[in-house]
Amino acid sequence: MNPESFQLSPGKYLAPTVDWLNTNFHPFFDGLARLIESVLGGIETALLFLPPYAVILAAVALAAAVTSVRVALITLISLSFCWLVGFWTASMQTLALVTVAVIISVFIAFPLGVLASRHRRFESAIRPVLDIMQTVPPWVYLIPAVMIFSLGRVPAIIATIVYGIPPMLRLTTLAFNQVPKDLLELGQATGASPKSILLKIEIPSAMPTLLVGLNQCILLSLAMVVLAGLVGAGGLGAEVTRGLTRMEMGLGLRAGLAIVAIAILLDRLTRGALQRGRNPVGTAA
Amino acid sequence: MNTINDANEVLVDCQSVWKIFGARSSAAAKAVSERGLSKSQVLNEFNCVVGVSGASLQVRRGEIFCIMGLSGSGKSTLIRLLNRLIEPSSGKITVKGKDIASLNAGELRDMRARNIGMVFQSVALLPHRTVLENAAFGLEVRGIAKDERNEIARAALEKVGLGDWTARYPDELSGGMQQRVGLARALAADPEIILMDEPFSALDPLIRRQLQDEFRQLTKSLGKSAVFITHDLEEAIRIGDRIAIMKDGVIVQVGTAEQIVTKPADGYVADFVAGISKIHLVRAHSVMQPVAEYRRLHADAKLDSLLHASPEADIAELIDLTMQSDRDAVAVVDNGAIIGVVTTRGLLRGVAGTSAATVDVG
Repeated sequence: MNPESFQLSPGKYLAPTVDWLNTNFHPFFDGLARLIESVLGGIETALLFLPPYAVILAAVALAAAVTSVRVALITLISLSFCWLVGFWTASMQTLALVTVAVIISVFIAFPLGVLASRHRRFESAIRPVLDIMQTVPPWVYLIPAVMIFSLGRVPAIIATIVYGIPPMLRLTTLAFNQVPKDLLELGQATGASPKSILLKIEIPSAMPTLLVGLNQCILLSLAMVVLAGLVGAGGLGAEVTRGLTRMEMGLGLRAGLAIVAIAILLDRLTRGALQRGRNPVGTAA
Repeated sequence: MNTINDANEVLVDCQSVWKIFGARSSAAAKAVSERGLSKSQVLNEFNCVVGVSGASLQVRRGEIFCIMGLSGSGKSTLIRLLNRLIEPSSGKITVKGKDIASLNAGELRDMRARNIGMVFQSVALLPHRTVLENAAFGLEVRGIAKDERNEIARAALEKVGLGDWTARYPDELSGGMQQRVGLARALAADPEIILMDEPFSALDPLIRRQLQDEFRQLTKSLGKSAVFITHDLEEAIRIGDRIAIMKDGVIVQVGTAEQIVTKPADGYVADFVAGISKIHLVRAHSVMQPVAEYRRLHADAKLDSLLHASPEADIAELIDLTMQSDRDAVAVVDNGAIIGVVTTRGLLRGVAGTSAATVDVG
C-alpha cells in the first residue's frame, strides 16, 4: 500500500463542489456579481464624480459634525495625503470596496450574532466555524471566490465579506451578552414588547461594543481588500501588487502609506462615533 | 369599578405559591405536593433548589406590605412571582382578581405596564437617556405620544423632587437621586401596585432614612399599594403597614410591626427582633397594669393626680410624661376613664420588649 493514497485532501472534494456550484448556479452567481458590481460602481462613481478637494471638504465637514474637530483634522490629513501621493482614484476604489464589504458583512453578522447570544447551542455550533474562518490565511478565501466569480472586484468583495463576518459576529454576541440583566428585567417589568426591548434597551446598551466590532470589521476588511489586489480588485491593493511585481520600492511605499492613511481615517471615524456614544452632547431636550 | 374605594379590597393574592428552580423542577413540585418533601430533600432527590415554598399573602389596597428576609430567603423570587417575571411552579397568584397565570403575553405586558410598577435595587436606569426620558420609559413603550408622556414624566419627577434635573443623564446624579428617578419612572405609569425590590439597600444610611420617609408619605398620599422587599427589619418597621418575615423560602410570620416585635412567632424572628428598639413600637395598652392591681400595690397613691396618656401612646411618649411629673407612673385614659397605669417597671419591660402578659408576676 502506498502511504500517499491515505493522504487527506479536502480540496479533492471541495474543488468539484465549487465546480458543480459553478455549472448549476451560474445564473445566480452571475446576478449576484452584477448586483455587487453596480452598487460598487455607483459608490465609486459618486466618490470620483466631484473633484478631490470637494470630496475632502465634504468628508471633513461630515466628520466635524458627526464626531469631533480632532477626527475632522485627521480626515483632512489622511485624505489629502492620498490625493497628494497620486492615488486618489485608487483610494476611492478601495474605500468603495471596503464600504460595500462592511455593509454586507454587518448585515449578515449582526442578526447571526444576536441569534448566537440568545441561543447557546447555536453559538457553540458556529464557534468552530468562526475559528476556522479567522485562522485560515486570508488569501485562501480568494481561491474559491475566484473559481466562482473569476478575477476582478466581485471575488475580492466576497472574500472580504467572509473575512469580515467573524469579528463582527463575535463582538455582536459579546455585546448582547453584556447587556445588564437588570435592564432587560426592567424592560419586561415595564411591559415592553420584545421589539421595544431590542430597540430601546439592548441595542443602545450594546452600542459601544457593537462599534468596536464594526471597527474591527472595517480594519480587517481593509486588509483583505488590499490583499485582493492579487486577484485584480483594483484600488490601492493593485498598486501594492504592481510595486511588488515590478520591484518598485517608491510605488509600493506610497501605496502602502496611502493604505495606512485610509486605515487611520476609518479607525478614527468609528472610534469618534464610539466616543460620541459615550458622552452624549446636544441630545438633551 | 365601584370597588375602588374599598380599603379592604385585596389587590394581590398569593395562595400557597411554590417556586422550584432546576432542570427537574416540575417533577420536584409534584413530589412536594404529594409527599411534602423538605427543602433539603428536594435538593438531594431532584437536585432542585426551592426558592419559595408555600407562600401565601394578601396585599390590600393602599397598604405597604414589606417582605423581610436575609439573602437567599427567597424574597426577591417571591416579588418576581407577583408580576410573573418568574413563573411559579405551583400555586395561584391573582392580581386585581385576575389569575395572572391565565394571561397571554400581550395581556401580561399590558398588566405590567398599567397595574404593576417595579423599582429595582440596581435602579436600572438607561445610561444613554436623560432623566426625563428614563422617567417616561414605561409610557414610551406603551406608545404614548412624546409631549404627553414627557408631561406626565415631568410631573412624576416633580413629585420625587427632581423637577430641575430632567435634562441630566443618570451618571450625573447621586445614588439617592437615581433611585428617585426609578421611583418616578414607576409612578409615571400610574400603577395601583408598586413592587420595590430592595430599592434603598445600596444607599448610605442618612439618604436611606430620608427616602424611606418620603416613599411612605408619597405612597400614602397617592393611595398606592406597595410590596417592599428588604433585608433590614428596621426599614420594614419604618415603612411597612404589615410585614412578612421570610426564611428559607417560607413566610414565617405576617403581622404589623408591633405584633412581630412583641409576639415573635419563633426563635428566628425573636433573634431578629432582639436588636430592634421598641420605644416607638410598644404602646401603653400592652405595658399597663390594671387599675385594681396598681391600687393594691400602692394603697396610698392618688390616681387622679397622675398625668394622662392614651392607650396608643408609645413608650417614648410615656417616658416623656413620666419625666415631666414627680410621680413614677402615668395613667392610661380611654374615653375619659382610667383603664390602667404604666409604672416605671412597665416602661422598662416595654423597652426590653417583653409584653406585660408574659411577665406580669409581681
